Amino acid sequence: MKTRNILKIAIDVYVYGLVVVPLIIPLLGLAWLIAQSFSSKVVIGIIPNGLTLDNFFFLWKPIKFGTKVYPSIWPVVRNSLILCAVLVPTEVIVSSLAGYALSRLRVPGREGIMRFIVFLHAFPGILFLIALLYFLVQIGFYGKGILTLIGVALIKAGLNIPMSTWILKGFFDGIPWDIEWAALVDGATRFQLWRKVMLPIIRPGISAVAILSFLSGWGEWLLAYTFLKDPDVYTLPVLITSLVYEFRFVNWGLLASMSLFYIAPILITYALIQKTLLKLQLVGAVKA
Amino acid sequence: MVKFLKFPKFTKAFRLEERRRFIIGYFFLLPFFVFIATFWIKPLIDSIWLSFNDVKYTFENMRFVGLDNYIKIFTKDIYVPDVIFTTVLYVGTVILINAFYSFIIAFVTTYYIKNEALGTALRLLWLIPRIMPTIVYAVMWLWLIDPEYGPINMFMRFLGLKPPESWLIQRPYSWILMIIVNGFVGASWGMIIYSAAIKSLPLDIIYAAKVDGASEFQILRYIFIPLLKWPILFVTAWQTLSLLSSFGEILAIWGEYAVARAGQVVTWALYAWFKAFYVNDFGYGAALSMVLVVIGIALVLLYFKIFGYRRLTQPSRVEV
Repeated sequence: MKTRNILKIAIDVYVYGLVVVPLIIPLLGLAWLIAQSFSSKVVIGIIPNGLTLDNFFFLWKPIKFGTKVYPSIWPVVRNSLILCAVLVPTEVIVSSLAGYALSRLRVPGREGIMRFIVFLHAFPGILFLIALLYFLVQIGFYGKGILTLIGVALIKAGLNIPMSTWILKGFFDGIPWDIEWAALVDGATRFQLWRKVMLPIIRPGISAVAILSFLSGWGEWLLAYTFLKDPDVYTLPVLITSLVYEFRFVNWGLLASMSLFYIAPILITYALIQKTLLKLQLVGAVKA
Repeated sequence: MVKFLKFPKFTKAFRLEERRRFIIGYFFLLPFFVFIATFWIKPLIDSIWLSFNDVKYTFENMRFVGLDNYIKIFTKDIYVPDVIFTTVLYVGTVILINAFYSFIIAFVTTYYIKNEALGTALRLLWLIPRIMPTIVYAVMWLWLIDPEYGPINMFMRFLGLKPPESWLIQRPYSWILMIIVNGFVGASWGMIIYSAAIKSLPLDIIYAAKVDGASEFQILRYIFIPLLKWPILFVTAWQTLSLLSSFGEILAIWGEYAVARAGQVVTWALYAWFKAFYVNDFGYGAALSMVLVVIGIALVLLYFKIFGYRRLTQPSRVEV
């Protein structure tokens, strides 16, 4: 009897370990990031080493390294916000219009369009990166300051739209028809119906798509790093990238504190929506 | 005759109704189509076009060269064998984590651990690498593998192992790093799909098995795996395609072309990126991308055939 108990505990330890032990690595990394942000010296392990707020000097002072100077972080924050401010409304409006049509209207060719959306969702759009650069150059948006930033936001929206349309179609599908019939009988047009009746009802869906869109824009690295070459339009991840390559072995404190500053909105958002996160299977939206 | 009976379809009133539907429907879908045409269809056509041209440094002086870029890929480019090797290694190993190890996480956190709050908490923790923005994830890893301060090397020294001088350029350490870094990001996707599927399993089957004295391992082997055959196949298929095209984490951590090449972590998609945006040979980069585009289209069509539309859109659905 006793040996059986020991065996059971051993199996339990093994099975739990299988899932828990690898988690040490990302948790250690995250803990270090926080500890290092507030430490004056290099942190070994996760215990802060010389508590200080000096690493956050970039919030009010320019960042200098060798001949390179980044005058202030706030224009960079502004750029990140501009990217999201273009991306989120575009994605939400386009995909809620399309999602509504695919869920509610008997559009000719509807089945085909839905298959096409699933096809696009499965297909990695990032393979078109070179052609997308060509597109930016063609319309004169490349290397043109803020226009490049808007271009990147639109590209991101375009790549996200199949998936967000799909999500919103699902939300529209979940609404009973009665409400719509009532409004139609009262003489509402389809557009009024969409705007005044449906949108308010699927607000949870809209906010889910908007949040995912914001997170994907705020976290976007590859498009931004590839297309935003001018320091004037750097977004936060691009600035951090250039610091990684220049400061890598010099100033871990700055790297960590700026990373923490950058991911704070993401961590807060996820903490707020964690329940929905696991339920909706939407995380694939941010990284496929 | 039956067809003839359906004749009203062609009456004027009906046609008007059809047309009205068409106009209203496409009014709603128009912006969607504009975006799809601009950011999916046009880039596809442009990629094909660019791949047949010699385009270096700028898009202004394009020169049509026919199949030259493709011929170069498959006959002259001396790095291509390395790149193919890396790609196979990368996809073949990370998929084991993304499709099978993720199954273990889901099984343990949704079924084996009976405390639901603990299981949910563990799954949320597993999401951390996925929600971390690429560049922050890279900063974190650069510290983890730092030769002087990084905990991984310290731990190796503690165990009496000799840590590598550089995880980035010394093989097989660079390979191990590449696999682990991407495995952490990918594992949670399968985990979520599987967890939803496991939760939808009818509990009476499991209870019946338990009454008959089945062990947890037997339940896993004879109930979970057969019933979750489709979700497992789905995650494997989907992740294969996604791995073929994803290279963000590798690029962010390795950065320089030379470093990545020395570590032999340049996958096909990353090689196309380096050729286009590091060497500025856009035509050649486009040809390299086109190879993946063709594979990608073929795979998605294949998936439609294997899974059918319904299984593709509801991967966590289990039919008992």
